[in-house]
Amino acid sequence: MLVKLKVFRFDPSKDKEPYYQAYEVEAAPMDRLLDCLNRIRWEQDSTLSFRWSCGHGVCGSDGMRINGICGLPCQKLVKDFKEEVLIEPLPVFEVVKDLIVNLEPFFVKYHSIRPYLISKTPPPEEERRQSPEEQHLFEEAIRCILCACCTASCPVNQNKETEKYVGPAALVRAFRYLFDSRDEASEERTALLDHKDGAWGCQTLWKCTEVCPKEIPVTKQIGQVKKRIYEAKKKGGLS
Amino acid sequence: MIYQHDIIIVGAGLAGLRAAVECADQSDVAVVSKVLPTRSHSGAAQGGITAALGNEEEDRWEWHFFDTVKGSDYLGDQDAIEILVKDASRAIYELEHMGVPFSRTPEGKISQRNFGGHTRDYGTKPVKRACYAADRTGRVVLDTLYDQCLRHRVKFYSEYYVLSLVFEKGRGAGVVVYDLATGELHLLQGKAILLATGGGGKIYKTTSNSNSTTGEMFSLVYQQGVPLEDMEFIQFHPTGLYPLGILVSEAARGEGGILRNRLGERFMEQYAPTVKDLAARDVVSRAILTEVREGRGIAGKDYVHLDLTHLGEEKISERLWEIASFVRIYLGLDPVYEPIPVQPTCHYVMGGIPTDRNGRVLADEKGSIVPGLYAAGECACVSVHGANRLGCNSLLDLLVFGRRSGMTMKEEVAQHHPPSLKTDPLKPAEDKLIQLLEQKGREKIDPIRKRLQEVMMAYGSVFRNEEGLKKGIDEIWTLRNRYQGIEVMNKGRVFNFELMEAIELGHQLFLSEVILFSALHRRESRGAHFREDFPMRADNTYLKHTLVFQTPKGLEVRYKPVTITRFQPEARVY
Repeated sequence: MLVKLKVFRFDPSKDKEPYYQAYEVEAAPMDRLLDCLNRIRWEQDSTLSFRWSCGHGVCGSDGMRINGICGLPCQKLVKDFKEEVLIEPLPVFEVVKDLIVNLEPFFVKYHSIRPYLISKTPPPEEERRQSPEEQHLFEEAIRCILCACCTASCPVNQNKETEKYVGPAALVRAFRYLFDSRDEASEERTALLDHKDGAWGCQTLWKCTEVCPKEIPVTKQIGQVKKRIYEAKKKGGLS
Repeated sequence: MIYQHDIIIVGAGLAGLRAAVECADQSDVAVVSKVLPTRSHSGAAQGGITAALGNEEEDRWEWHFFDTVKGSDYLGDQDAIEILVKDASRAIYELEHMGVPFSRTPEGKISQRNFGGHTRDYGTKPVKRACYAADRTGRVVLDTLYDQCLRHRVKFYSEYYVLSLVFEKGRGAGVVVYDLATGELHLLQGKAILLATGGGGKIYKTTSNSNSTTGEMFSLVYQQGVPLEDMEFIQFHPTGLYPLGILVSEAARGEGGILRNRLGERFMEQYAPTVKDLAARDVVSRAILTEVREGRGIAGKDYVHLDLTHLGEEKISERLWEIASFVRIYLGLDPVYEPIPVQPTCHYVMGGIPTDRNGRVLADEKGSIVPGLYAAGECACVSVHGANRLGCNSLLDLLVFGRRSGMTMKEEVAQHHPPSLKTDPLKPAEDKLIQLLEQKGREKIDPIRKRLQEVMMAYGSVFRNEEGLKKGIDEIWTLRNRYQGIEVMNKGRVFNFELMEAIELGHQLFLSEVILFSALHRRESRGAHFREDFPMRADNTYLKHTLVFQTPKGLEVRYKPVTITRFQPEARVY
């Protein structure tokens, strides 16, 4: 079948303004949209730039906007698109070229929540014990592949006035450590997130949850982070 | 620009990051990667990491030792394997302490599952040895090690592509990199250079490997006069999702999945009567393709079924969530109710850049060291995997030998001053790049690469023979001539992936020739290297490692002995 794509193009070294370019690609119904993009690049127009690597939703490289919704073209099959497909870069981030955006601010925010286990008790010689129930508390969160689709979809991050909001991806990782029974930095973590650009930046708009390619209940987890902050403050008599 | 660091690590997968974490406390460490953080192919590893923790049932490192030696078809060096298996428990506990979210047993210990070729009591029955986090083990370990690198303030050069290796007076002194985002060239200078660049599955049409796994480092090192070891041993994972080749982890069989042919028969009972579906990968891949050749593929096609329907929804969604999601997305099937179509897929390079047990690159069969140059992980050959790697031993290899390389480097850089380079390595790299960009020609990259992938699939995959290997080498020469006439149509400098792929293709043609050449000279069958014209293992002649050198007269093959300490070669039956 013939797939029609309308693709966002911008090369800062020669274009004053972005523009859209139409392509037509022959594809099988079970082909990925990613395959179509690669066919364009390999067979028609090698100037088109986009990131990709594993091709099956594990590395998180190919986040982009497909018909207005952030997602991974390696997870979308041709058969599910009837009309022309609109392909654009992730919003929120600055476009470097075509579908490639600068993810530096994304990683800086990710880094800011201290994304590592903080443990004050010296570990035993063997593994620390953790029950399956304790591990299940945060298991959905470890599916995160840092593709940035959630943060790019978040209306709070999209709004210039509130763009400093740390964003859903960083909060999912914060949740992952707050709810890990081995972590001993709950107080620091809740304090770190207790401000308008931290967990309270979330306005419960659900966009992150809708687009997550790994089906993580993002909004629910951010809600649990807020609850944890609230409880910590109440306990500390600060509320 | 010129940037100085004590240690330059090329590759941000598990081996590179584990090494970085090890030396970051004492040295100034930089990690160079052609992809963004956490995109490296280690993240696609699903099933687990082996260690004889004995959390689920009795296990011993000696059994792991034996299984790995037997799995390697007796080609693995036993001194190195002993280090690997003895260090395994420590490596796992260390990851747990760093925060890796392992799945847990009811007692709260790290869960373990069955994996191919891992047995109790020297081959008696399967043993639960693979420590896992559902079926996303590689990804969560990669995330954890990246987070540890952030904590230790390791410097990352992401989306920088290595164009050449720099030596000064025979000592590794740096790398020339191409900044993909700007098109600028930089020199990263260091006192020690670690190559941790992974494998090269992308030279095959069907592969589980990611787009970044193109294998150019094998060729870059080789062109510096370093030999490549045991390159004929290319692992085909038995269960790639048909037709894409995406990995369906052995964990699916570890959890009880069964392979079935067109007649619904559990055919592995005939090929491996004791452990059946949990035999080593080379054995299972050959069994699947034998079924297909004999007309028992599904619907007469070149795949079989992996049946998980008896496992139940709960087990599948808890332990095999990712795999189930791949099957649903790419095939529209629900593995809870329907069998999964699978076929062997190129997965892993057992051979590689020869190193000693501490990651030092070796220049020849006598064991001479290339100072300042190290290698770890899939691109290296220690050799712990010999002729066939066992599942979950790869992540262990990355952790154990990544760490050892890190320890050696930080010790050695303390004794050296930064090299002062006599010549400018940037100029020749820049000239080469400009030449490639400006060159006119009629050929394009994509058709040459596609043909290369078909050639490697036809002549250099699971079944090989002399005629095919010779034909394959001839075809590669034809492709190399065509490559001389390529033209890069994209002349831009910002994220010009056509240019990057053009460079990669040149290296892939070299790499492919070395693989077929090594395979042609091994006139026996061992592990993943199966010769239809020499179907038996020939210990009298070929119990030795292949080393291929580049000489002015072309490729030259030499050999070096295998280190055997404890287990003498015997018939390999599963």
